[in-house]
Amino acid sequence: MSSTSALTRSRDLIRDASLVWLASGIVSISFGAIAVAGGLPVWVPVVMSLVVYAGSAQFSAVGVLLAGGGPIAAAATGLLLNTRTAAYSLAIADTLGPGRLTRLLGAHLVTDETVAFALAQADPVRRRRAFWVSGVGLFVVWNAGVLAGALAGGALGDTATYGLDAAFPAVLVALVLPTLRADARIRRCALLGAALALAVTPAVPAGVPVLLALAGLVLHGRKGVSA
Amino acid sequence: MNATVAVILALAVGTYAFRLVGPALHGRVELPARVQELLSAGAIVLLAALLATGALTENGGFAGWARPAGVLVGGVLAMGVPPLGRSRAWGRKAPFAVVVLAAAGTTAVLRAAGVG
Repeated sequence: MSSTSALTRSRDLIRDASLVWLASGIVSISFGAIAVAGGLPVWVPVVMSLVVYAGSAQFSAVGVLLAGGGPIAAAATGLLLNTRTAAYSLAIADTLGPGRLTRLLGAHLVTDETVAFALAQADPVRRRRAFWVSGVGLFVVWNAGVLAGALAGGALGDTATYGLDAAFPAVLVALVLPTLRADARIRRCALLGAALALAVTPAVPAGVPVLLALAGLVLHGRKGVSA
Repeated sequence: MNATVAVILALAVGTYAFRLVGPALHGRVELPARVQELLSAGAIVLLAALLATGALTENGGFAGWARPAGVLVGGVLAMGVPPLGRSRAWGRKAPFAVVVLAAAGTTAVLRAAGVG
């Protein structure tokens, strides 16, 4: 590989990653705004974003707190949602790189977006670079966005008016569609898993449906049988 | 200790522990290729389920039509989005931000028009 093409590849990576950052930035602003508009002090969403750093868990924990569900329910819901990061960290462990400190730092950057972004790269070197570029950038953008949203807070009014609740699922659509289109085995598993998750959602606590979706992996045949 | 601080601390410590599972086992346990393959597939399955439940449900019930309609519009635009990292092999695409803004915009317009 010539240095020119390496440079071009890095630029492509940053360009693609910056679009994920922009999208997540919108989501993070809505998180900060929702938390403060709901009556929490500014430091709660800001500190939570820095130390928990997991979008869907933050949304659900704040949602439970604002709904008066109590601290134990809020923490349990968030933790249940985040059990999936254990599966992500296993899938991505190879990618983080050598060295204890690298892995300790990298672990905190494991999110839906960064894992999807890294796994979309075929080549291991590029995959590692993709993880770190998207991960560090996302951490900065996410926390800056939450701070901005929290400071804007009540001034934004009801965030549902702007359709911001559609932003996070839309980010996930853009991230998983390429893999779902390219891999028939994973597509079958994902469809079954999503159907299972939707079916049980009314009956079980938040976080459980997504975990049950893993049962969809039964359709992941040993050989590449196309559907 | 303030209850909100306790929630944040519990979430932070627990979440970081989950995230350490992979790096902690790495190099100590040799995972068979088949398991690695299933883990990668599992990550995508989790993301897809998160997307489906996030688009369609709210507090255990239906989220209303406006949100899934917005996500659907984003999805249609994203169909033109190439697999990340192989972008030059594909034609015109809607950038990520367009996908997300179109989704939010569609949902907002539908709500303004009175759709739930």
